[in-house]
Amino acid sequence: MSTIALPDLTRSPTIDQIGVEERVERLQKRSIKKSAKVHALKLALSMIDLTTLEGADSPGKVRQLCSKAKHLHDALPDLPHVAAVCVYPTLVRIAKEALIGTHVKVAAVATGFPSGQYPRETKIADTRFAVAEGADEIDMVISRGHFLAGDYAFVFDEIAAIKEASGAAHLKVILETGELGTLDSVRRASDLAMHAGADFIKTSTGKVTPAATQPVTLVMLEAIRDFYYATGKKIGMKPAGGISTAKTALQYLVMLRETLGQDWLTPDLYRIGASRLANDILMQLAKEKSGVYQSLDYFSKD
Amino acid sequence: MEMTTTGRINFGTDWTYAPAPETAKVAIASRYDLFINGKFVPPVKGKYFDTFNPANEKRLSQVGDAGAEDVDKAVKAARNAYEKTWFKMAPAERGKYIYRIARILQERAREFAVVESMDGGKPIRESRDVDIPLAAAHFFYYAGWADKLDYAFPGRTARSLGVAGQIIPWNFPLLMAAWKIAPALACGNTVVLKPAETTPLTAMKLAEVIRDADLPPGVVNIVTGAGETGAAIVNHPGIDKIAFTGSTEVGKIIQRALSASKKKFTLELGGKAANIIFDDATIDQAVEGIINGIFFNQGHVCCAGSRLLVQEGVYETVIRKLQDRMQTLIVGDPLDKNTDIGAINSKVQLDKIHQYLKIGQEEGAQLWQTGCEIPSTGYFCRPSLFLNASQSHRITQEEIFGPVVAIQTFRTPAEAIEKANNTPYGLSGGVWTDKGSKIFKITTKLRAGVIWANTYNKFDPSSPFGGYKESGVGREGGLHGLAPYVQLN
Repeated sequence: MSTIALPDLTRSPTIDQIGVEERVERLQKRSIKKSAKVHALKLALSMIDLTTLEGADSPGKVRQLCSKAKHLHDALPDLPHVAAVCVYPTLVRIAKEALIGTHVKVAAVATGFPSGQYPRETKIADTRFAVAEGADEIDMVISRGHFLAGDYAFVFDEIAAIKEASGAAHLKVILETGELGTLDSVRRASDLAMHAGADFIKTSTGKVTPAATQPVTLVMLEAIRDFYYATGKKIGMKPAGGISTAKTALQYLVMLRETLGQDWLTPDLYRIGASRLANDILMQLAKEKSGVYQSLDYFSKD
Repeated sequence: MEMTTTGRINFGTDWTYAPAPETAKVAIASRYDLFINGKFVPPVKGKYFDTFNPANEKRLSQVGDAGAEDVDKAVKAARNAYEKTWFKMAPAERGKYIYRIARILQERAREFAVVESMDGGKPIRESRDVDIPLAAAHFFYYAGWADKLDYAFPGRTARSLGVAGQIIPWNFPLLMAAWKIAPALACGNTVVLKPAETTPLTAMKLAEVIRDADLPPGVVNIVTGAGETGAAIVNHPGIDKIAFTGSTEVGKIIQRALSASKKKFTLELGGKAANIIFDDATIDQAVEGIINGIFFNQGHVCCAGSRLLVQEGVYETVIRKLQDRMQTLIVGDPLDKNTDIGAINSKVQLDKIHQYLKIGQEEGAQLWQTGCEIPSTGYFCRPSLFLNASQSHRITQEEIFGPVVAIQTFRTPAEAIEKANNTPYGLSGGVWTDKGSKIFKITTKLRAGVIWANTYNKFDPSSPFGGYKESGVGREGGLHGLAPYVQLN
């Protein structure tokens, strides 16, 4: 039994929104060209969690997504593989089978994704099921209602419980930042999740607008940095939803590089939750190679 | 010089940014004459001097060295234009000319940004995003005042003064020209302006804009030169008003020279601003404010936050975060879009900064710099912190005008205010706290003309700018910026 304790969240720093937005704006002015661009595009590709989380998902749909994970764009040699495929628990087994022989992980959303409005036992059962089916990673949702009502102990306990239920699978904690209202709350939720045992903190389910934004991401990266200095533990970060272009993905990587540096520039500590992004990155890589943009029709949609 | 890395975040990543040079084509003539009475004319004595790119020490061009006779010609042209044309013109028509200058400046914005960076050393990111847009904005703003002076001073009538003599510094060459020329013209005056000797080129290109805008000849005259040219302007009897931006030292010389004359004057001089971080500040954003406060424009800013006052309880956190943030600052070619800190304006200025780096260490403050690469040619200085500084140190008292900040701690708000005000300067200051009531309480007690709360180095043409005490007299910008250029009945 671990002896983790609820941190004093009144000591979480408050955040100046205008200041954050200005820092983001300055980071966006970085100009990434040529070899630096190719390096970053490939790194971004290696960090993608290819995602399908629809009510309409079926075995066939998931197999085709996994096929894309295995064959991003065979016309381009030397491509890295995506980090993971992310699906609902009932489709984990299908994904695991389809990805045998690859290094692509299977992540499962759990705990009553996306709303999280379910009893504790249901959430634990959901998690245990996904892990038993073979999930390497669990993406859980926190109870936003309890958080916004100030019941931090409840949220802390549920994260700790899900961490335990996840066993060897690494745990990403989705804060659903689009529902939290302020950057102060995003910081507070980040600190809470890290102390409770999260391996990754993640912005969004992708089912709510706004999903990931650069200001929110910066606040979370700074929370991770402070936690690292305080405890020596490196927590990962995943922005999810709304990152659909290579240009945007590069801006996120610039922010990561200039906040957390070399150690976090790896899929082990940074993921991007996206579905359409991969093709835009592939198109950019093809263009860097040939000098011209091809039509999107040349890039498979699975 | 001590160059140590700190913290455990590794910013030396495998992924480095490739060069990203600005590629806009610019036209810099091999020689510029003086702009007098609507034309470029050679100086009477035929003397010229060179202007260099401080990033690579290469010569860019030559400009005329205006002697007393040239200044006299310029003042006469300005007087003639004032009496025959500009004073008689309908105010709305004057506004149209100023607006036209603004438009042409915007259209040539990219070229101006590149030339500014080449001549002065500032990063293209700043000249493109701050200097040039703000310069155009000042012309746009004051164009609007030209026909509304009757409403600027309720109950009083505003009348132009005549000929304004204006001397500007090298840190924001085009922007300072805009700050001077725009309100002068809007109030119905004519102008003789001298740019700084190390940064004449954007003023010469502005002269081309003025010529292309078809401004009546003599309304704006631009004469290049150094100290003697400036003195000729200050002392010329045909000038009604002097506007000077530059060092406090030269400002005092000018004020003495004007003491027996009837000339009106404004002086915008040096500063040694306190940037105050309270323990309830939003620390990560405050650190960004410290960076902007002292490393913007290589610290060549009169209102730079060159004294950092940190409440003792958060001192270690602030310094750790500041040092981490500084690791990502890129010092390099001003024309590279990723450069954060460009070249120091001149060898003379670089030597001054090095001298202070030496003085600070001898006095007992602790120098810290990042280990970043700097180019082997040109004038460059790494961003520098002096830790354990105190009010008694020269580096805390004297204006260094470079990327160097002196850091002290304080314990109570009263102490912060006392330290902040304990200086003969009084141009600007910054206060960082997330508590609203504290902002009002502290800022009203700081004796400086421009106070920023939870931000720094924010400028707008509608916002008055100027100092208390030895930072100068008079205000530029906004409604307040009209007053120095009119007489009120």
